[in-house]
Amino acid sequence: MSDQLKTEKITSDLLRSIRLNKSFLVWMGFLGTALLVCLYAYFLQLRDGMVVTGLGDYVSWGMYISNFVFFVATSLVGMLISAVLSLSGQKWAAPLARISEIIALAFAAVAGLVIVMDMGRPERLLNVFIHGRIQSPIVWDVTVITIYMVISALFLYIPLIPDLKIVHDKAGNLPPFARKIYKILSLDWNDTPAQRELIKKSTRIISIFIVPVALAIHTVTSWLFANTSRAGWDSTIFGPYFVTGAFVSGCAAVIIAMYFFRKNYKLEDYITEKHFDKIGQLLVLLSLVYLYFNLNEYMVPGYKMKRADAAHIHTLFTGSHALLFWSTQILGLVLPIILLLFKKMRKPGPMLLIGLAVLIGSWFKRYIIVVPTMEHPFLPVQNVPVNFQVYSPTLIEVGVTIAPMIMVLLIVTILAKVVPVIPIHETLEHIEEENK
Amino acid sequence: MSEKEKDPKIKSRREFLQTLGIAGIGTVVSGAAVWAGINYDKKKSAGDRVRVLTAENELVEIERSAAKSIIKTPAENFTYLQKQGRDGLAGRRFVMVVDLSKCRNARKCMNACQEAHHLRPEQHHINVLKMQETENTPAYYMPKPCQHCDNPPCTAVCPVDATFKRQDGIVLIDNERCIGCRFCIAACPYSARVFNWAEPLHSHEDENLTYNVELNVPQRKGTISKCLFSADRLREGKLPYCVSACPNGVYWFGDENEDAVTNGTTKETVRFKKLLEDNGAYTLMPELGTKPRVYYLPPKDKEYPFQEKDKEEAAEHLHV
Repeated sequence: MSDQLKTEKITSDLLRSIRLNKSFLVWMGFLGTALLVCLYAYFLQLRDGMVVTGLGDYVSWGMYISNFVFFVATSLVGMLISAVLSLSGQKWAAPLARISEIIALAFAAVAGLVIVMDMGRPERLLNVFIHGRIQSPIVWDVTVITIYMVISALFLYIPLIPDLKIVHDKAGNLPPFARKIYKILSLDWNDTPAQRELIKKSTRIISIFIVPVALAIHTVTSWLFANTSRAGWDSTIFGPYFVTGAFVSGCAAVIIAMYFFRKNYKLEDYITEKHFDKIGQLLVLLSLVYLYFNLNEYMVPGYKMKRADAAHIHTLFTGSHALLFWSTQILGLVLPIILLLFKKMRKPGPMLLIGLAVLIGSWFKRYIIVVPTMEHPFLPVQNVPVNFQVYSPTLIEVGVTIAPMIMVLLIVTILAKVVPVIPIHETLEHIEEENK
Repeated sequence: MSEKEKDPKIKSRREFLQTLGIAGIGTVVSGAAVWAGINYDKKKSAGDRVRVLTAENELVEIERSAAKSIIKTPAENFTYLQKQGRDGLAGRRFVMVVDLSKCRNARKCMNACQEAHHLRPEQHHINVLKMQETENTPAYYMPKPCQHCDNPPCTAVCPVDATFKRQDGIVLIDNERCIGCRFCIAACPYSARVFNWAEPLHSHEDENLTYNVELNVPQRKGTISKCLFSADRLREGKLPYCVSACPNGVYWFGDENEDAVTNGTTKETVRFKKLLEDNGAYTLMPELGTKPRVYYLPPKDKEYPFQEKDKEEAAEHLHV
């Protein structure tokens, strides 16, 4: 096949996804309806107060905060795959950069909404900016998450500029207004060496900048807990513990997305089994580091058994949260590590299942970090109704928790529909370089 | 260039006359004021003046009318209430001493508090806990208000300065600013804070009340509430609601600066430091470095026995 033909095939392969089809509309319709149902649940919470949740004066942070931590965590993968891997010269990950950036941006953008949904007075959100106090970790969190969101958006957009031009030139059946938007967004790209150099340089600068910011967002999120003196949160390793946990869940999210994009957009030639094999190995490495932090986090207080810690450890190991604790640790962490050691398991099919197990495990892991600690304060919980002593989420609360998940799926679906999920320009450039 | 611009000292005749005029008028006016003042002072008898102790412990003499205008608070003025609420009472350092040997779980403190602050039955600014440290140590009742820490973890984490520490040692919550993030609940090791999960108890009746941050009434849905050491009562020179309501002499309340605390039941006033010294006082969880302003006297020689029916609840955490 001549180079010209090859280029054309690649371009048309990767542009194929950019068109409206029936399955896209059905999927969007489904997500939209589900979102409306969940938003109705949020409306009920706004109308009647947070009494519609299972929260109380003792467990005052529950599913919403677990959800928030999960969202911030998963958004970290953009930094890992698009920045760290590319800076360290791991070329195999290049085709996955855009998928992970889309996931990062979607989760980071929605994380802000998740925290608003947990507020008793969401209409006073502006107070954080009017009366913001620099001592409060919440203010740090708001600051770094906003910065991360902006950098992630740039990190998605800048390498996308040449591809937007390609979409404008080559994609068939585009409505005229869409073509115009692509033209505007592609900023007069015409593939000159100077422009190429500029994109390369700015991408590199952002990929360096995004590393400390991403570390900051999840370290600060972990400090929301570690900066209190409560048993189970009062830990000095919460920063790195949360960051590695974040990579695990983000990596799982990327694996799941890889599977579906590959299948639905027929990208078997671009997201190959080799990619699954590699990212499977990466997941093993990350999970092992996370397992190591888990060992520290539970073994050290478990050995000393200080009074408040002992109550906490007992609840997790043998008490009311034991089933959830051991399921998340075994099904979401230990078993995936063992399975992924076998090459046979690092194929797309098994990887999808493992990815799902890890991602679901990651969500419940956050729940395990947030809720049991709140059920065991230092002083006894007395003279309050039973629903204040034991936390059990309500249906409305579950609905409000699912809403942001649907939003992420919506954002990912739309972004993956309007831009090529595999960078076209970069792929072509790569081939050019190889030919030389 | 003219001469005038060269040397600013050379003034025009017109400017000179202007200055002279202003100086002249000024002299006349101030002279008149002094004369009027002397006359006014002469007219007054000694009874129109009072001696008062300022917040800085200074004895001063002022006019009685001036004293009145200060004491009168425009209770309907929200801005005024907010300002005085954030300022606190200058020169005071409030402390509470809880005598555990006297408590028999009468719960009059809890009721008085809930009534004053319009709280629901499950909302406790002050909660009487059934405590037991180890299997062989005795069970006892422990009233637990906010500890009004001098190093409060709750105010540190508040993102909007809705909860704050005043100069008189009291930690308040401004529910007109609170965003309902509940970080302070997570940060408080004493579980001293409550949240308005639903519409507050009297929200309908309280609709037209001006919010008083020192009373935290009206309560607001979606915001925090907490023990305020009855800052509104302290401003009037009265003891807190819980302290006055106790029938058993459990509470001593007063000012660390004056080194004096008064018993809410007997109204006896004693030296604060001596009370602590004589009774082996302690604070809750001092290892956390929160520096509470609430002190406890140990449950030694209890005046009332611990109820048999409460024993199981007190010992609950020991079975873990």
